[in-house]
Amino acid sequence: MRSVLPVLTVLAVLVGIWYLAVAPMNVRVALDQAERAGDVITPEGSVPRRAVSVWRLMIDNADHVALGYALDRPRLPTPQQVGQELWKTTGAMIQRGRPMSKRGLIYHGWITLQSTLWGFLLGTTLGILGAVAIVYSRTAQLSLMPWAIISQTIPIVALAPMIIVLSSQIGVEGRGLPKAIISAYLCFFPVLVGMVKGLRAPLPAQLDLLKTYNASGLQSFLRLRLPASLPYLFTSLKIGIAAALVGTIVGELPTGAISGLGARILIGDQFGTPLAIWSALFAAAILAGGLVTLLDLVQRLTLKRMGLA
Amino acid sequence: MSWVLVALLVWAAGWALNVWLARRSEMRAVRIVVPVIFGLTLLAMWEALVRGFGVSPIILPPPSVVAQTFAASTDILWVDFQQTVVKGALRGFFIGTFAAFVTAILIDRSQFLTRGLLPIGNFVAALPIVGIAPILVSWFGFDWQSKAAVVVVMVFFPILVNTVQGLREASAMQRDLMRTYAAGYWQTLIKLRLPAAMPFVFNGLKIATTLALIGAIVAEYFGSPTRGMGFRISTGVGSLSIDLVWAEIVVAALAGTAFYGTVAFVERLVTFWHPSQRG
Repeated sequence: MRSVLPVLTVLAVLVGIWYLAVAPMNVRVALDQAERAGDVITPEGSVPRRAVSVWRLMIDNADHVALGYALDRPRLPTPQQVGQELWKTTGAMIQRGRPMSKRGLIYHGWITLQSTLWGFLLGTTLGILGAVAIVYSRTAQLSLMPWAIISQTIPIVALAPMIIVLSSQIGVEGRGLPKAIISAYLCFFPVLVGMVKGLRAPLPAQLDLLKTYNASGLQSFLRLRLPASLPYLFTSLKIGIAAALVGTIVGELPTGAISGLGARILIGDQFGTPLAIWSALFAAAILAGGLVTLLDLVQRLTLKRMGLA
Repeated sequence: MSWVLVALLVWAAGWALNVWLARRSEMRAVRIVVPVIFGLTLLAMWEALVRGFGVSPIILPPPSVVAQTFAASTDILWVDFQQTVVKGALRGFFIGTFAAFVTAILIDRSQFLTRGLLPIGNFVAALPIVGIAPILVSWFGFDWQSKAAVVVVMVFFPILVNTVQGLREASAMQRDLMRTYAAGYWQTLIKLRLPAAMPFVFNGLKIATTLALIGAIVAEYFGSPTRGMGFRISTGVGSLSIDLVWAEIVVAALAGTAFYGTVAFVERLVTFWHPSQRG
């Protein structure tokens, strides 16, 4: 709790820097617009102005700097503009009774969330199964572990368009599955590593105790190894779900998707509407924060009930 | 169907060989040979299955075709490698690492800043920052500068968070010892706290190697000169030269592994004293 004040201070400073940066970032566009509207700008014409530094321009045209804070298509929007755009595409949609409109971010966020959760489920399952195989079989450990590490050094974005092309050629309808596969690819590794650590967490003495109880392999897995691995599992799940969201957005970015937050970023880029990009980015950030916080909550509740926290 | 049978046989033989090898001695060679056999088995199965089911090379080329394309177009691949990895990813990686490192040392002097920035840095490190690529491409233009900028933003926070945590690693006892030596702030920093932070720093650097390549390639999807791995992949998918795309993927995989391996190697040299390196 004692870090609330420092965090708020740092946040306030960051927002302040952002506001200050808007002026130099947008001054050229603002001056071009003002000149077209008939105002007198000191170096005339946008071509000669390119040779002049932004700071010089801001000093010479001090009364036009404020225009940079209210552009329709700013190079850098103000936090306020981003907030308004976010509200316009979420809250205002709800007020008008059309929360799932395709023009709103709720619809696109929902598409992204679905893929993320499917990918998370798939990746977590694979990760846990892989970890069990690695812990119980030396062959699996020697064969799988190095490849699991190497698989993460391969940039998935290189594979993403291929996965999407492949699945559409095989005849899979829609983009849900390929996006989920990309998410799962990014998500399985942290889960695998965490679970291997977790399943190996019980002390030899504890395993020996179960052996003296004549416990079978399955029993010692269910009663000892699995519970002991839970703290590790939750830590990896939090990393995993963030990675799954990155995977989904990467899956939506490069390949002409039309729905999902990544697609909003892509479309905003193609149509030159920076506000759409920024609001989609912040929606993705809010989604990521929400998912991680939710898992954190589940972790606390579970570990408390198990007496581990 | 015979190819499918071959695939199954190869799989069974590879696995059996690995089981046999894993039971053998604890030799170092086994640790290398077993994963290599596993990888070769997968490649052989890929080849056999693609032939067995008669998959069109436009959908999924067999590894042999990919290898031929790779050998035939090394000049294109080399140009793309230089554009994306050397210019975009590596420069961005070094700038971002340096910036994060300096920032970490600066904010470490203030308890207040550390407590304020750590939660924010942790949060930002979990965000899908790749989405910022189109914005930075429109700010810095199509050439490698925008790619390096995306990489800088992506690697900054993981390294910052890890370095700040690492700088707290030196124990009170060790710091007291430095004080009894009459060491000043900078001496303590260089002789004690930075070396103690290195395992954490390298943890961040290893995460950053993967992120750097991802950032450089994604940024090229949003505009690039007519070279670069991301450019070649996105146009290759469009023009159905899938074998070239797979060759680029091989380059990306090799570059990623080599990059990670280099960082891991430097880590062994720098943190040779750490328990995890002495095993």
